Amino acid sequence: MGYTLNFNLIWRHFDKLWGGLLLSLELAVISIAIGIVIGLVLAVWYVSAGRVVRAIIAAYVEFIRNVPLILLVYLVFYGLPTVVDLAYSAPTSFVLTLSVYSGAYLVEVFRSGLEAVPRGQLDAGKAIGLTPWQRLIHVRLPTMLRITLPALSNTFISLFKDTSIASVISVPELTYGAQWINFNTFRIVEVYLVTTAMYLVTGYTLLFALRLVERRFRAAR
Amino acid sequence: MASSNDNPALLDIAEVSKSFGSVSVLRSVSLQVAKGEVVTIIGPSGSGKTMLLRCVNFLESYDSGSIRIDGKEVGFRDGGARQRRSERDLAAMRAETGMVFQSFNLFPHLTAAGNIMLGLTKVRGKTKTEARSIAEHWLGRVGLAHKADSLPAELSGGQQQRVGIARAVAMEPKILLLDEITSALDPELVGEVLAVVRSLAEDGMTMVMVTHEMAFARDASSRIVFMADGGVSAVGPPKEVLAVETTNERLRTFLARFRASHF
Repeated sequence: MGYTLNFNLIWRHFDKLWGGLLLSLELAVISIAIGIVIGLVLAVWYVSAGRVVRAIIAAYVEFIRNVPLILLVYLVFYGLPTVVDLAYSAPTSFVLTLSVYSGAYLVEVFRSGLEAVPRGQLDAGKAIGLTPWQRLIHVRLPTMLRITLPALSNTFISLFKDTSIASVISVPELTYGAQWINFNTFRIVEVYLVTTAMYLVTGYTLLFALRLVERRFRAAR
Repeated sequence: MASSNDNPALLDIAEVSKSFGSVSVLRSVSLQVAKGEVVTIIGPSGSGKTMLLRCVNFLESYDSGSIRIDGKEVGFRDGGARQRRSERDLAAMRAETGMVFQSFNLFPHLTAAGNIMLGLTKVRGKTKTEARSIAEHWLGRVGLAHKADSLPAELSGGQQQRVGIARAVAMEPKILLLDEITSALDPELVGEVLAVVRSLAEDGMTMVMVTHEMAFARDASSRIVFMADGGVSAVGPPKEVLAVETTNERLRTFLARFRASHF
């Protein structure tokens, strides 16, 4: 008994997948934007701080890196509201989780980038009379960003895929849309083939675009 | 002991010492440099030349002694308490000295003009337009007017170093520190950089430089300082210090070894 592929039902519900893809992208973009802010602030703080602050930041990074994302999602969505008096929607909860999650990875990316800025450049900044803050803004960060762009791109692609985990708390992103179609049509092979193709094409497009940005900046090194 | 008040030195280094643990890198170094002088520091590697230069704009701190520019202590607050200046004060003091580095150290994300303009706008408070015209003036002086909008990566080593010099002098420093500025260059590029230094000397720019270019040191310097083991071993006009028949044993060995390897 052969299985005949039939995509008609998938196309009929394609709006679930398309809408899901857009939401996945939105979740990824917002989360990495917040994650970049968290990562930058903590990385800059880390390299100039004393031992206590360093230990606290390192603990945050290690905690996030050693706990599965899906567990963090459950913790924030089901756990947190029972402890503190807060009400938030599933998408908000997920963005919060993914931001804190990506922030931890980006602290490491930015910290190593900051430490990779050649000392000579910082000396040159000192020598022309820039204050520490000016050296950070005009010398250290621009060079650090160029160094970390490839890692930043990879993190972004990785986060885009991680948005699929939002389906476990019923956020209607791409994977959730796929599950919905599966439950309602039982075309399991077709729906996951199409969904896989959508993740693949979007991921590759993003990567291609980000590599273009990298190349544009690499000329400046 | 102290320099006389009617002709105070522009740069007054007095008994500066510095050590890392048990290793002394500077041993009670004293040196006065008058306005308009070109002083060259020579010596074997590890003799403290670069360290001394880096102390002058407080890129390195030192353990004792004092360094004054125009009578003002560089790294520590006036009043003898040996209290490190605030970062803001240090930045302001450093803006009074220019420094050119062995490895150029241009800001890679800024164009040649942008490298020069950064200090002018952020430290000197010039507008973008003013800074741009000052940058263009100095790029012209170092023969790179046509490279104003090039990024460092698009320039040769010699060109990068000339931008480095332009970046330092555009700030109108009281004194220019040159730290082995031709050591990282291919031999055929050394001349173009030294020509720029020579023209600055002719303009009366006060300079302290560390170099291994002996011929240049002999021709361009008012005085030569020979450092060995963290101390000043000999100081005087080029003819005296570089004389073959010097009685200074260490200096003679250094010069002999130098001649053997460079000629």
